[in-house]
Amino acid sequence: MATSVVHTSAPASHHYTTLGLDSRKVAIWAFIGSECMLFVSLISTYLIYKGRSIVGPFPHEAWTDPTTGHVLKPILNIPVTSASTFVLLMSSLFMVLALAAVQNKEKPKHTRGERILGNSKLWLWMTAIAGTTFLGFQAFEFTSFVHEGLTIRTNLFGSTFFTLTGFHGAHVTAGVLWLVTLLAIDYRRGLGSRDSLLVDIAALYWHFVDVIWIVIFTLVYLIK
Amino acid sequence: MDNHASMTNLPDSAEAQAHAPHGEEEHAHPTWSTYWKVALILTLITVGEVWAYYIPSFVAGRGFVPTLLFLSALKFTIVVMFYMHLKYDHRLFRVLFTGPLLIASLTLLALMFLFGHLYFKVM
Repeated sequence: MATSVVHTSAPASHHYTTLGLDSRKVAIWAFIGSECMLFVSLISTYLIYKGRSIVGPFPHEAWTDPTTGHVLKPILNIPVTSASTFVLLMSSLFMVLALAAVQNKEKPKHTRGERILGNSKLWLWMTAIAGTTFLGFQAFEFTSFVHEGLTIRTNLFGSTFFTLTGFHGAHVTAGVLWLVTLLAIDYRRGLGSRDSLLVDIAALYWHFVDVIWIVIFTLVYLIK
Repeated sequence: MDNHASMTNLPDSAEAQAHAPHGEEEHAHPTWSTYWKVALILTLITVGEVWAYYIPSFVAGRGFVPTLLFLSALKFTIVVMFYMHLKYDHRLFRVLFTGPLLIASLTLLALMFLFGHLYFKVM
């Protein structure tokens, strides 16, 4: 009878597929698969129009504006982007350490090092800060491009570059917000090994955003 | 009210145990030291890529683009295998990821041929 059923622990309810896999994890992998297609379409568009801009500024070559005579230097700033790439790579390390900390929450920690590695709040904070730093680098880059005369309407490079990196930045922003919600849960009731799937799903999304940047960094910034 | 729950008459946690992932092929995830080593490898590859960018003779040569593409693919694979745990997780996740990735990559290649960035030498 209905009176005999009491949902006492709603967060513990799991939905398994016939393969014994959690539906939420299957869903995030399917979502990541679809996101692959989205980003490859944006990267394809960038590559198709690469080198076909009629007016500058250009990514890797200097350009002289025929109307004003101003010489515009190559617009991409490789040292700054390399630093932001390093920050995003490190954020993936922090994320995986946060997941390991949540998974091993109940295990006893004897040494100071084990306590640091087992501190999920620390690693979630580090990941969120690294993500925010990456966004700061991107905001700096976008602003400097606009000051140097490159907007989304200037040429084909500007249109495809801002669309591609802007979409990626939006994904990083969503990831940072997701991390903040995990931090809020951790502060409110503590994340334990029972919540490892919640963190695992967020981590998968975060690492996906990282691997997309790995591809963008090579194709857009390094290959001339 | 959940019909299934009302029929089994189990609290959710117990029901979850009853439907435990018996078919799951998950293996133990890597240790912390593995994660640090992977981060070090990723950093070294990135340093190598940026270094290569600043060697004009290498950039002008034929090996520059293939080298960078290989290093990028290597980093991509390492992150997916070790940080996303695809090496250790169920086969279905690999299919869900590599399937769309393969379709997307083939589409990208087709577009590159279509728009003249890549071509076959006929003669």
